[in-house]
Amino acid sequence: MNIVVLVKQVPDSGADRNLRTDDNTVDRGSANNVINEMDEYAIEEALKIKEAHGGEVTILTMGPDRATESIRKALSMGPDKAVHVVDDALHGSCAVATSKVLAAALGQLGADLVLCGSESTDGRVQVMPHMLAERLGIAALTGARKLTVDGATLTVERQTEEGYEVITAATPAIVSVWDTINEPRYPSFKGIMAAKKKPVQTLSLADLGVAAGEVGFAGATSTVLEHSKRPPRSGGVKVTDEGSGGAQLVEFLATEKFV
Amino acid sequence: MSEVLVVVDATREFGVKKVTLEMLTLARELGTPSAVVLGGAGAAEALSAKLGEYGAEKIYAAEGDEIDGHLVAPKATVVADLVKRVQPAAVLLASSQEGKEIAARLAVKLDNGILTDVVALAADGTATQVAFAGSAIVKSKVTRGLPLVTVRPNSVNPTPAAVTPAVEQLTVSLTDTDKLAKVVDRVAEQKGSRPELTEAGVVVSGGRGVGNADNFKLVEELADLLGGAVGASRAAVDSGFYPHQFQVGQTGKTVSPQLYVALGISGAIQHRAGMQTSKTIVAVNKDGEAPIFELADFGVVGDLFKVVPQAAEEIRKRK
Repeated sequence: MNIVVLVKQVPDSGADRNLRTDDNTVDRGSANNVINEMDEYAIEEALKIKEAHGGEVTILTMGPDRATESIRKALSMGPDKAVHVVDDALHGSCAVATSKVLAAALGQLGADLVLCGSESTDGRVQVMPHMLAERLGIAALTGARKLTVDGATLTVERQTEEGYEVITAATPAIVSVWDTINEPRYPSFKGIMAAKKKPVQTLSLADLGVAAGEVGFAGATSTVLEHSKRPPRSGGVKVTDEGSGGAQLVEFLATEKFV
Repeated sequence: MSEVLVVVDATREFGVKKVTLEMLTLARELGTPSAVVLGGAGAAEALSAKLGEYGAEKIYAAEGDEIDGHLVAPKATVVADLVKRVQPAAVLLASSQEGKEIAARLAVKLDNGILTDVVALAADGTATQVAFAGSAIVKSKVTRGLPLVTVRPNSVNPTPAAVTPAVEQLTVSLTDTDKLAKVVDRVAEQKGSRPELTEAGVVVSGGRGVGNADNFKLVEELADLLGGAVGASRAAVDSGFYPHQFQVGQTGKTVSPQLYVALGISGAIQHRAGMQTSKTIVAVNKDGEAPIFELADFGVVGDLFKVVPQAAEEIRKRK
């Protein structure tokens, strides 16, 4: 099975994150950039499927030059190769334009199965799998907490608010996963060394047949007008329980009219 | 005034979800609200009274197994056809997994911009979004097409404005591509009659400090006394104390209730990402240095197994 895993480099969600003041895009320059955590679960799932059914695992990333670090990190887990879509004109792309570029790249790669995280920790927009499915005319099985592959049939347990749904489709398809689906492996020393030699193909917009005017700020379908830091919460009252902590808590709740 | 389409979020168990009433309230500021019901046979009939109560002048209904038996693609096709026909002033959907997915497909079908996790929407289409785990406020606008936005639960105070809706059944014409992902089973795991996590006015969450699955009864008891939903931190979910669909945080649900009670939760960024826009935050933790206290309006440093039973008893006394 030919599997492509979408990997996005994002600013570390454990550190302070900002939008840039000059063009209102995510500040990636001064951030500690890492693989989007949920994508590691998609990589793990791809490797498990390859181990069970054979095939090849390719990482697909769209991002600036520095995304190479995340691509190598992803490859150190075990995928075979990577494709990096990189082009200066992509800076400022909205989700709709991003899906156009990724769909073009996926079209060239001809995957049986596309795997990705359910959302990225920077935007948390959660739209990419269905945008890609819509463009490619393939099935999207999203929000998977379990994936079973039986020949060309995919079956997914999709987490919902009421429980879960069992959904099924034939390949080619795109599946997005939650972090409950598996436990991603740590790259081995051998894996890290091997990753340095694995092929990483770079593709430009021209290679994909997408015009520069369709992406970036020129092709954006939405714009950020302004942004500000939300004022940090200031801690309130803190008491140490000396036998009446529970009662004091309820007294506070009563003052605030919750009880 | 132009129509504003509100794609109804409803569940079999709870009926019309609160976020739908919030969207109808918001839609009234922008134009004439029309509700779009997408579901199994009889869905619109079951929901119409509530939708009318909150000002839905019209209800468009697309019902049947083709809608209900496939993942979102048929729903997006129906809404896209409707948008082309009625040319609404805006389209509002819930910022839930499904709402975002329908919106995603609409954006591509209509070559239209999309804004998610919107907490306010002005008449000129300017949307307010909360970004980076509640640490940034962003104002944005769709610049191609109509405002296509997903609204975060607990953003708007729903107010009734009763009307009698006119119901129009839509003709559903789908392609094979719409029917690629089939729903073959639905399994309910939600327990009891607690409010849905993202919509609840009160959320009581437990973390690693709760210790084991059995002790979560304490969290549930306090939640029930406060009429709230139960949540759990990632540490608690990873330890198997509570099911994943109740996880609050970066890789779980984002909640913004009136009251958030954190029990035995240290307040790592992973967790804060999902709850720090709550109006009032209360925390109980035995570690006085835990970062959760930086957020808490009221914090108790102490053993939750002593503090929580006492609080529960005190609430019972006051009832």
